[in-house]
Amino acid sequence: MYPADSIHLNKNGKIKKEELAKMKIIKAAIAGTVESSDVMISVMPGEGKVDIDLNSKVGMYYQDEILKVMKEVLQELDVPSVKIKAVDKGALDCTVRARLKTAIKRAAGEAK
Amino acid sequence: MRRTMLFLPGNNPNMIMNGGLLGSDSIIFDLEDAVAPDQKDAARELVKSALQTLNFGKCEIIVRINALDTPYWEDDLEEMLPLKPDVIMPTKVSGAEYMAKLVAKMDEVEKKNGIPVGSTKIIPLLETTLGIENAYAIGTSTKRMAALYLGAEDLTADLRCQRTKEGKEIAYARGRLVCAARAAGIEAYDTPFTDVEDLEGLEKDARLAKGLGYTGKAVISPRHVSCVNKVFSPSAKEIAYAQEVFEAIRYAKEQGKGAISLRGKMIDAPIAQRAKIVLDAAAEIGGLLNE
Amino acid sequence: MSKVMASLREAIIASGLKDGMCISFHHHLRSGDYVLNMVLAEIAKMGIKDLTVNASSIHDGHAPLIEHMKNGVVTGLETNYIGPVVGQAISEGVLKKPVIFRTHGGRPSALENGTAKIDVAFIAAPTSDTMGNCTGKIGKSACGSLGYAFVDAECADKSIVITDNLVPYPLCNYSISEDNIDYVVAVDAIGNPEGIVSGTTRMPKDPIALKIAETAAKAIEASGLLKQGFSFQTGAGGASLAVASFLKDIMVEQKIKGSFALGGITGYIVDMLDEGYIDSIQDVQCFDLKAVESIRNNPKHQEITATHYASPTAKSSVADSLDVAVLGATQIDTKFNVNVHTDSKGYIIGGSGGHTDIADCAKLTVIVAPLSRARMPIVVDKVLTVSTPGSSVDLLVTQYGIAVNPLRQDIKEKLVQAGLNVKEIQELKEISDQINGKPAQVQRKKEKVVAKVLNRDDSLLDEIYAV
Repeated sequence: MYPADSIHLNKNGKIKKEELAKMKIIKAAIAGTVESSDVMISVMPGEGKVDIDLNSKVGMYYQDEILKVMKEVLQELDVPSVKIKAVDKGALDCTVRARLKTAIKRAAGEAK
Repeated sequence: MRRTMLFLPGNNPNMIMNGGLLGSDSIIFDLEDAVAPDQKDAARELVKSALQTLNFGKCEIIVRINALDTPYWEDDLEEMLPLKPDVIMPTKVSGAEYMAKLVAKMDEVEKKNGIPVGSTKIIPLLETTLGIENAYAIGTSTKRMAALYLGAEDLTADLRCQRTKEGKEIAYARGRLVCAARAAGIEAYDTPFTDVEDLEGLEKDARLAKGLGYTGKAVISPRHVSCVNKVFSPSAKEIAYAQEVFEAIRYAKEQGKGAISLRGKMIDAPIAQRAKIVLDAAAEIGGLLNE
Repeated sequence: MSKVMASLREAIIASGLKDGMCISFHHHLRSGDYVLNMVLAEIAKMGIKDLTVNASSIHDGHAPLIEHMKNGVVTGLETNYIGPVVGQAISEGVLKKPVIFRTHGGRPSALENGTAKIDVAFIAAPTSDTMGNCTGKIGKSACGSLGYAFVDAECADKSIVITDNLVPYPLCNYSISEDNIDYVVAVDAIGNPEGIVSGTTRMPKDPIALKIAETAAKAIEASGLLKQGFSFQTGAGGASLAVASFLKDIMVEQKIKGSFALGGITGYIVDMLDEGYIDSIQDVQCFDLKAVESIRNNPKHQEITATHYASPTAKSSVADSLDVAVLGATQIDTKFNVNVHTDSKGYIIGGSGGHTDIADCAKLTVIVAPLSRARMPIVVDKVLTVSTPGSSVDLLVTQYGIAVNPLRQDIKEKLVQAGLNVKEIQELKEISDQINGKPAQVQRKKEKVVAKVLNRDDSLLDEIYAV
């Protein structure tokens, strides 16, 4: 689809890329809900690789797209090893991104 | 034009993605009361993501942040200001000191992120007795100030009285706020009507606020938007009168007359200014309708 | 003299029901129906099998039907609607023979001209006398109109009335008369009143549904059809029902009175009649208590038969006089074809009901639907099943704008002139793709046909495949 920082920005600036050290997942964390248009993402320490278990209500249309968005977030936050379980009820890409970022930050002990 | 400001809970994807379609002039992404303490981080992330990706049409973007006596407000600003919302809405604002602390932080974050310092406006929520008493001082505390906004729910708790639909208990606060706002040369917004089902009561409340001089009103339900928009839009009568005023001014100018009168009444600067506001609003609404 | 049989079993025996025959039911008791399950349970016990069921609709409460299909008691199904529970079983291939889907108008037409045949009709009736004069308007299980059942009584070889309110002869104010009835059976309960009609129908609260409804009402106004003597049909809920509320506001403003409302009737439409906004109601099915009460007491609230409602072979039907229809859709494609039979995975979750008939007849057919439901696209390149052909559909109203069928340039001009947000249907699809992301193409296997979708004239409109 469209890259994250392109024509869909409704304000003129680009978003400053977060400078973070490699994020290490130290505990389990959850973000999001099972409400319609949301996705509940559980993040756990990985076993040396990225492992995503995605169950989506709109999987037949967007399974690949959602996985792609998740992998982009993992790259952006520099997460090399993680185990993810996601239950999706039709969340848009922006919601998937937000929920995954929140879960990872919580799992890395960074959440406030 | 801000006839309506619609609250959207900051952690609710369904409401956020439809925010721009509900017809309000402004939308308020709420990071404060609508979000549980353990979800403040999730709400920030969601609103950030939404502002980056979704299209909210012509709606003005307002973000309501947590109060200065919480551990959240600084992160709220650090995370949200880079997204360049139009307005920040601080809560439980008590006076000029509060504003100074807030503005200092906003200056810092804007500078850090390469945003023109002072470009993000502020509409403070006055919902404490101290805030109401200090309304003028708050209204004149910074160039960023766009308007004052009344929050009656928390205010009545502070006043130690019952909140009623009739609103007699907030009559003083309503009057004081709009007076202070106009004295400071800024706008005034009324407190939301909290009964979602009672549309008749809503109209009455909105008309009362308009009658007091308020520019618009916050709403907590999409179902309230249409009614409040109507109340705060200039009526056909008001538009016709404004046009007459302008016609009278134009005629007097043509005739080289110093004093302008319309049907025996003197047209002075305030009346002319009111007429201009009405015609500008009418033009903007006409533009919106042709979307 | 009395046609009352001692038991359901006796009535079935007396009717001469044998293996391979066709039995029928109406669906006026909706999700509160006990009769279909009761009758089939008895038939199964009696060892009769290989039957075809011709029911005007099948609801989720008819789940026991699945067992009967597995056991060979029921081997054929002809209907106008199947709810998702039984629908899933059909989609998974529980029947060897394809289901025949008709429309509410096509069913009586086929029965009257002999294309479809009923051997024994089971007619659930909230009140009946001992000779079979019966009605749905009174009784503890009152359901209001019995519109879909008339043709069963008229065309079936044998008709059995099943009632839980047997009254002495003669019942005045009957709907279906004794001259077509063979047997009467009294039971304790024909259905659960709470499932038969809902308490009160409420307007939807969803702001998007309300926005769509308001836009649809404005489009109808701009079309020029909203004038004195106007007639309309709306759905029983959601955006479709909400349109009635916005139309009423315009009618109040312009001091217009409608001539009739048609269709499945709710309390909201009854209020419009009582308050004088419309002159009459033509009712083929009641959805709530208020509608049942009104049809009982108000002569301007008329019960009509399915034939009178929408049969394409009647000399004329009420649908033929309809100005505006407001209908829903599961999917709609860029040629305006509408799917109301299957969900996006291909499972059967509904059926035409009156959709195809009404869309065909109304002067203006308006489909109201959100552009997508939680990332599930409604506007697609090609619908999975064509329930109603695009040629019958004039407008699609969504929260992002109105699409007009290219066949209706006249309407398009009027909408544009009225300042409404008109878009090409392709544009709407693109907006959906932009917001949701472009959906992946789904491959369907087209091996086993589980249902045939027939148009109003019994010609084949589409086929539904096993999932």
